[in-house]
Amino acid sequence: MKIKVQMSMVLNLDKCIGCHTCSIPCKNVWTTRTGAEYMWFNNVETKPGIGYPREWENQSKHKGGWIMDGGQLRLKAGGRLQKVTRIFHNPDLPAVDDYYEPWDYDYENLITSPQKQHQPSVRPKSQLTGEPMQIKWGPNWDDDLAGVCETGARDVNFSGLDHAIYLSFKQVFMFYLPRLCEHCLNPGCVASCPSGAMYKRDEDGIVLVDQELCRGWRYCVSGCPYKKVYFNWKSGRSEKCIFCYPRLEAGLTTLCAHSCVGRIRYVGVVLYDADRIHEAASAHIDREIYPAQLDLFLDPSDPETIACARSQGIPEHVLAAARRSPIYTLAKTWQLALPLHPEFRTLPMVWYIPPLSPVEALAGNEDLRSAVDKLRIPVQYLANLLTAGDEKPVRMALQRLAAVRTYMRSVRVDKKPDDTIAASVGLDAETLLRMYDLLAIARLEDRFVVPTASHPDKSPLHTTKGCSGFPDCR
Amino acid sequence: MSGRDFMKRFRFFRPRNSEDGCREERFSEGWAENRCGQREWEHFYRDRWQYDKKVRSTHGVNCTGSCSWDVYVKNGIIVWETQATDYPACGEGFPNHEPRGCPRGCTFSWYTYSPVRIKYPLIRSSLLELWRDTLATHGDPVKAWRDIAGNPEKRSRYQQDRGKGGLVRLSWDEAATITAASLVHTIQRYGPDRIFGFTPIPAMSMVAYAAGTRFLSLIGGSAISFYDWYADLPPASPQIWGEQTDVPESADWYEATYMIVWGTNLPMTRTPDAHFFTEARYRGAIVTAVAPDYAEYVKFADSWLPARAGTDAALAMAMTHVIVKEFYIDTPIAYFVDYAKRFTDLPFAVVLQPTSDTYVSGRFLTAADLGTEATNPRWKTVFFNQTTACWVVPNGSIGFRWDEAAGHWNLHLQDSQNDAAVDPLLSYGGENDGWRTVTLPYFDDKGPGSKNGRVPVKKIKTAAGDLLVTTVFDLMTAQLGIARSEDEDRTQDASVQYPAGYDDPGPFTPAWQQAITGVPQQDVIQVAREFAENADKTHGKSMIFLGAGTNHWYHSDMIYRAIVNLTTLCGCQGVNGGGWAHYVGQEKVRPQAGWSQLAFGLDWTRPPRQQNGTSFYYFATDQWRYDDLNAETLLWPMAGGGSPRHMADYNAVAIRLGWLPSYPQFNRNPLDICREAVENGAATDKDIIAHAVEQLKNGSLRFAVEDPDHPDNFPRMLFLWRANLLGASSKGHEYFLKHLLGIDNSVQNAESNLRPEEITLRDPAPEGKLDLLVTLELRMSTSAMYSDIVLPAAGWYEMHDLSTTDMHPFIHPFNPAVDPPWEAKTSWDQFSAIAEKFSELAAVHLGELKDLVATPLLHDSPGEIAQYDTLDWRKGETEPIPGRTMPQLSVITRDYPNAYKMMTALGPLVHQVGVGSKGVAWSGKEEYAELASELGTVKAPGKSYGMPSLSTSKQAAQVILKLAPETNGETAFKSWAGVEKKSGLALTHLSAGRRDEKISFDDITAQPRKIITSPVWSGIESETRRYSPFVINIEEKVPFRTLTGRAQFYLDHPWMLGFGEGLPLYRPPLHLPPNNSPYSVAETLTRIKPGITEDDRKALALNYLTPHSKWSIHSTYSDTLILLTLFRGGEAIWISDVDARTLAVQDNEWLECFNENGVVMAKAVVSHRIPPGAAFMYHAQERLINTPGSALSKQRGGTHNSVTRIMVKPTHMIGGYAQLSYGFNYYGPVGSQRDEVIVVRKAGEVDWYED
Repeated sequence: MKIKVQMSMVLNLDKCIGCHTCSIPCKNVWTTRTGAEYMWFNNVETKPGIGYPREWENQSKHKGGWIMDGGQLRLKAGGRLQKVTRIFHNPDLPAVDDYYEPWDYDYENLITSPQKQHQPSVRPKSQLTGEPMQIKWGPNWDDDLAGVCETGARDVNFSGLDHAIYLSFKQVFMFYLPRLCEHCLNPGCVASCPSGAMYKRDEDGIVLVDQELCRGWRYCVSGCPYKKVYFNWKSGRSEKCIFCYPRLEAGLTTLCAHSCVGRIRYVGVVLYDADRIHEAASAHIDREIYPAQLDLFLDPSDPETIACARSQGIPEHVLAAARRSPIYTLAKTWQLALPLHPEFRTLPMVWYIPPLSPVEALAGNEDLRSAVDKLRIPVQYLANLLTAGDEKPVRMALQRLAAVRTYMRSVRVDKKPDDTIAASVGLDAETLLRMYDLLAIARLEDRFVVPTASHPDKSPLHTTKGCSGFPDCR
Repeated sequence: MSGRDFMKRFRFFRPRNSEDGCREERFSEGWAENRCGQREWEHFYRDRWQYDKKVRSTHGVNCTGSCSWDVYVKNGIIVWETQATDYPACGEGFPNHEPRGCPRGCTFSWYTYSPVRIKYPLIRSSLLELWRDTLATHGDPVKAWRDIAGNPEKRSRYQQDRGKGGLVRLSWDEAATITAASLVHTIQRYGPDRIFGFTPIPAMSMVAYAAGTRFLSLIGGSAISFYDWYADLPPASPQIWGEQTDVPESADWYEATYMIVWGTNLPMTRTPDAHFFTEARYRGAIVTAVAPDYAEYVKFADSWLPARAGTDAALAMAMTHVIVKEFYIDTPIAYFVDYAKRFTDLPFAVVLQPTSDTYVSGRFLTAADLGTEATNPRWKTVFFNQTTACWVVPNGSIGFRWDEAAGHWNLHLQDSQNDAAVDPLLSYGGENDGWRTVTLPYFDDKGPGSKNGRVPVKKIKTAAGDLLVTTVFDLMTAQLGIARSEDEDRTQDASVQYPAGYDDPGPFTPAWQQAITGVPQQDVIQVAREFAENADKTHGKSMIFLGAGTNHWYHSDMIYRAIVNLTTLCGCQGVNGGGWAHYVGQEKVRPQAGWSQLAFGLDWTRPPRQQNGTSFYYFATDQWRYDDLNAETLLWPMAGGGSPRHMADYNAVAIRLGWLPSYPQFNRNPLDICREAVENGAATDKDIIAHAVEQLKNGSLRFAVEDPDHPDNFPRMLFLWRANLLGASSKGHEYFLKHLLGIDNSVQNAESNLRPEEITLRDPAPEGKLDLLVTLELRMSTSAMYSDIVLPAAGWYEMHDLSTTDMHPFIHPFNPAVDPPWEAKTSWDQFSAIAEKFSELAAVHLGELKDLVATPLLHDSPGEIAQYDTLDWRKGETEPIPGRTMPQLSVITRDYPNAYKMMTALGPLVHQVGVGSKGVAWSGKEEYAELASELGTVKAPGKSYGMPSLSTSKQAAQVILKLAPETNGETAFKSWAGVEKKSGLALTHLSAGRRDEKISFDDITAQPRKIITSPVWSGIESETRRYSPFVINIEEKVPFRTLTGRAQFYLDHPWMLGFGEGLPLYRPPLHLPPNNSPYSVAETLTRIKPGITEDDRKALALNYLTPHSKWSIHSTYSDTLILLTLFRGGEAIWISDVDARTLAVQDNEWLECFNENGVVMAKAVVSHRIPPGAAFMYHAQERLINTPGSALSKQRGGTHNSVTRIMVKPTHMIGGYAQLSYGFNYYGPVGSQRDEVIVVRKAGEVDWYED
């Protein structure tokens, strides 16, 4: 067993208000500079919708991630040979229009405009070319279902459903999907990089692009099925979400999680068995990948795991953080959180709690638990998004959310706790209360359990302290 | 060996095993590998994150978020911001505010160094040229301005250049000189009441607000209200509770177990608070959403009632029908009935007036009818006590509030005569002198009408003869059409048609509403039952959230009253987790009493001039001339005739009776009126007032509103700061451009044929009323673009200020992260600079002068019981008596040369007269002395020598904190004394625990602090309670500030009854077509001036709705690049996919939208989330960004308000009558805009008019 530590995140879509606050400090701090204008390490999409970049989920178009090919796991875009032959032309790269052409305005003209016949008004101009442009797409073009009646048919999550029904006023549904790099256990981007510039950090599993080594081949961009590696056209290097490692090292959570005013995000570490990554990613059929990935996660309270982790040099404070990890609880213990498109076989580590939604018709649907199949969001849609089409885990997660609500209502309103509710979803009442606590009350320190940076025993910290910040001091 | 390994080695000679103990290996069957070293590059991102300092500050836009932020400075510049997370906790078992702050807030740092920032004072080039030439001629600034403003050719030369670029830089000194010269000239020539300032929502940066209003108040100018003007004020709130607006803090939502969200988009407009809403669901709350579209908040609901926009009152009336029938009549709920008897007007007796064959409901029965010995007998309402079977005058009605013999203004169920316990009869159903048929108002899409119902009556002998009375509850039951089993003769009266059941489409049943709203009747029944059952089980923890979607309508008050019915009937008001939760534009200056001293210069002179915005803009922009809404289409025919037809006439009457304020006041300079009075022998101020009253009476002096288009009555100067009037809130935007500014516009309207009788009509209508528009701004907003002078303002991260909200209980600061860059100044320094220059010129040209100030009969003053009868002195029905039958008149000495000294020192009235708010007053003596020592005193000789210094905005903030009971425990403790005396209740315990706390500015910089409970507000704030409104009324028995002292279902003012609005009911939106048919293009075109017809493009008429924008910083800033990038980069209108198909329009194509008011061009956003028949233009989209020209108007395509026009409602103008009395931003006509219909068609290719 090779125990590794993965910093990961759970987002509760049932609470997401679609406000995009997460995206802004991330953008302000990391990608507001030339060459990075169009990059959103974190973005929020409205579902149904085709997102940013357009149709990123459609791998028959974008060729990201992995596939099983003759019993072998391989990159969908092809192996090294294909890369070498196409090294100066990557046919799978999204074009800038698939993201959007970043624009700006000559704001200053409003101030300096001479007297005119008509009131001045500034028009968009491209940040790439400086030329006037028509805005045709953006990083959040289909916000709140804008234009989705026209584009929604291309949302792959409608697979098996009649999209036309759900793209009408009567049966409309909507929810939000905030997205960042998945910091996968089996990252397609790292495997695609011809320069060896991409790696997963040993101490926390964060996936990075070495800004000195990157040669700008952009195979990471096409290899990532989530389209979360971006090419900086100014620096000529790829960049991606860094899970705010400078903050994590100080024990702070990521900017997107810090600023999540809907309080939907949880950040913590998961211990997993890295020896079985290949096996899990190679599950025979798509629906088996999620359970296989779940099986990689190690119980941080298990004495054997702890002993083994210690022997492999994982620090005590990291193990303590793993025991308090909300991620392990939500994903593994309660199975409320589910991966995003596990069929991409990258073993993503940003997971989602599926959203409840209004019942389609009110009459006769007083009991939320029995109504999971009557909610406006089809279970099938969520399953296509989160469990490679397997409805069972989605249904259970929704029923458990509903059970928390119904149980708490019996406590609060009827003043008669109904203990049969917990049993109906395979839990006990105490667990429902703990779920309630983590879903609703959780304080900052409960949502974000981030161990500070650890340093090898031989690190010259005494010297480093005085040198810190000086460029050539060692 | 792979190529990448080779390259890496080649470059760096990477060690296989680092000295740090790293071990390279392969695992997962060789699938993964571990490598060492070469991670120095990671400093790339670490260096970015490092910064030099972070500073606690926030944003002062007109947003109610009031979130505390950390602003980061790196290398001496502001780089980004993140939310603070260190608020005091909400209490055990409650989620905390960690974080607060939305995407809009964290984009603000973009502005600091953005190219749209105004760095230097700017002026219209044509004006600057004129100014320099004219000044060179005259040598004196005031003379120069007099020449420019008095010369029509010169004046129009720069006026017509407004809004078309051409702004040039000038010095601060020159800009202040021009502004000051214009002020002096305006005061001299027209009067100080021709000078105005508009700035909204003080709570979000109260010192910045106060800077301008303090200066203007000191010189006699007028601040213009915003809350009513925005139509965010729910008139229903003062009507029902006598309270402007008081709402639960968001943490209190978490207490609720049943929530109806009804037209307020919590995730979008209450972003930092929304988590309490989503989290309350896990605590067991059920959520119902009422919305015409699949709005963001519907996502969180358990069920969705998609009511047609504007028909919400029909839905609410049907729910009321179900609740009254099932929970009051069929099986009365003890908790509800007890609540109704104690805290509502339902048991109070109403006099029935006979008509030819039935009765109509009239005024409340009062102590005067009974002949009871009492002061203010006509203001003491009466109910029937079932314990003694007698009529009693219970404690608590408004007559007791203003009694000489204090101590009975409380809600103990006691007979005020002998303090005996009483138990009111809620209905006379079981115990009466018979049943009578009453005729009740009924409105539907066919117009005003009537329906009959049956009420049990009691007969009373009075000096004036026998009276028949019934209870409010019985009247309401009759109105709802609920049959009463006790009424055995009912079926004998064929005129009474009660519905047979819920599925009978007779008025107010669930089936009836289905035909109007489109919501299935079964859903309505179920939600009503669930709501009431939940309230029964939890004693009131059912909550209704409501806001712009339900409040921005012409009949907003009727919609709200109908909805609030549900909460009051179910005992939810004044209960944590229950009641109404109104969220649109509401705000709470928590340290209200301290702030108002500063903001309106009450420390120097009282009263200030405060103008209601809606009336002001209605007249100033000449929208009244186009007003075709005939009151006859709204009045209840049974109420009798004689009422005016034109809305302007109602306004004129309201002004002369002292109900509404009116500035400009009279048709003459108020300084001249005083001067003439003195010349005519007036020895005292009283004589001056008598002189003015005599002139009013004989008609030689008129109200300015009676001749608004006379040049003497124009508003001459307007200051805008912290505001984007023209880009965001100018309802009837194109009329603003035409009449106020005098420039090109896209008004497509001809003046109305309906003409007012009280108002002089001058032809042609004036264009260009304003001499000078001065905007103090951070950035080039639409308002700045159209201004004559633009002064660079400090950004929110560059000043000291204070922020509070009603969404949370904290007070927290603004601190400067950097000093204002370039030539920007804080509002305090801007107005100080103007004041200093003004004082210099005033010393030469003005001196000390007497000013006659007219103010309305104010709520929370004895004036609120001035007019039991509506008698018009102009018609000789009564004598003009200031403060009784007409406005209050005061004479104020304006010490103009000392304006600057007064602005920058805390004046003596704080300790000489006192501090207070909402009818509660206390001495400020101790606080004044403390401030003198803490702030330091003015050392310069003169008027302010030795007074506490107010030269900086931090000092101003400290004054607010010191004087307000919410931030000063000792003040809180003493402030209860006045209420204790009037009410006879013991109340100091509410703040005793925090008596020794004094919250200072430095305290709140360290951490936001929770405010202290005070008599200025109706809720309790403590470590164990979340703020919920009216808790003090319910738990401590302090009366509501209404006629009955209770929450009122019934409003008995003659104007209310005249419009058929005695009780809540459904009134359709103004242009709603009959029989639920779609809006008609042809009909909409008939309202447009001739010549505009349909062309071969397909067109639709759509209901035009302007909800709150997701992608602008509140309603003010929509030009931030990051927010424009996150949606569609400019103006956009949402339409349904069904309508888009009809129009042959695709997503992202240009639309031309127009009606009689103007034209707006915008991109189509096509979505199946939007219901057919409606167009949503999220508001405050700046016409400076990506706005093309319109082929129709030949102008640039306008703002979201280019197609709106103000429609005023007479019932909001009532005054001098208990809770229906004026208060600034508190009560008054609202500027509604949702009853609007636009024609929409594809624009095709657009022209950019870039010449």
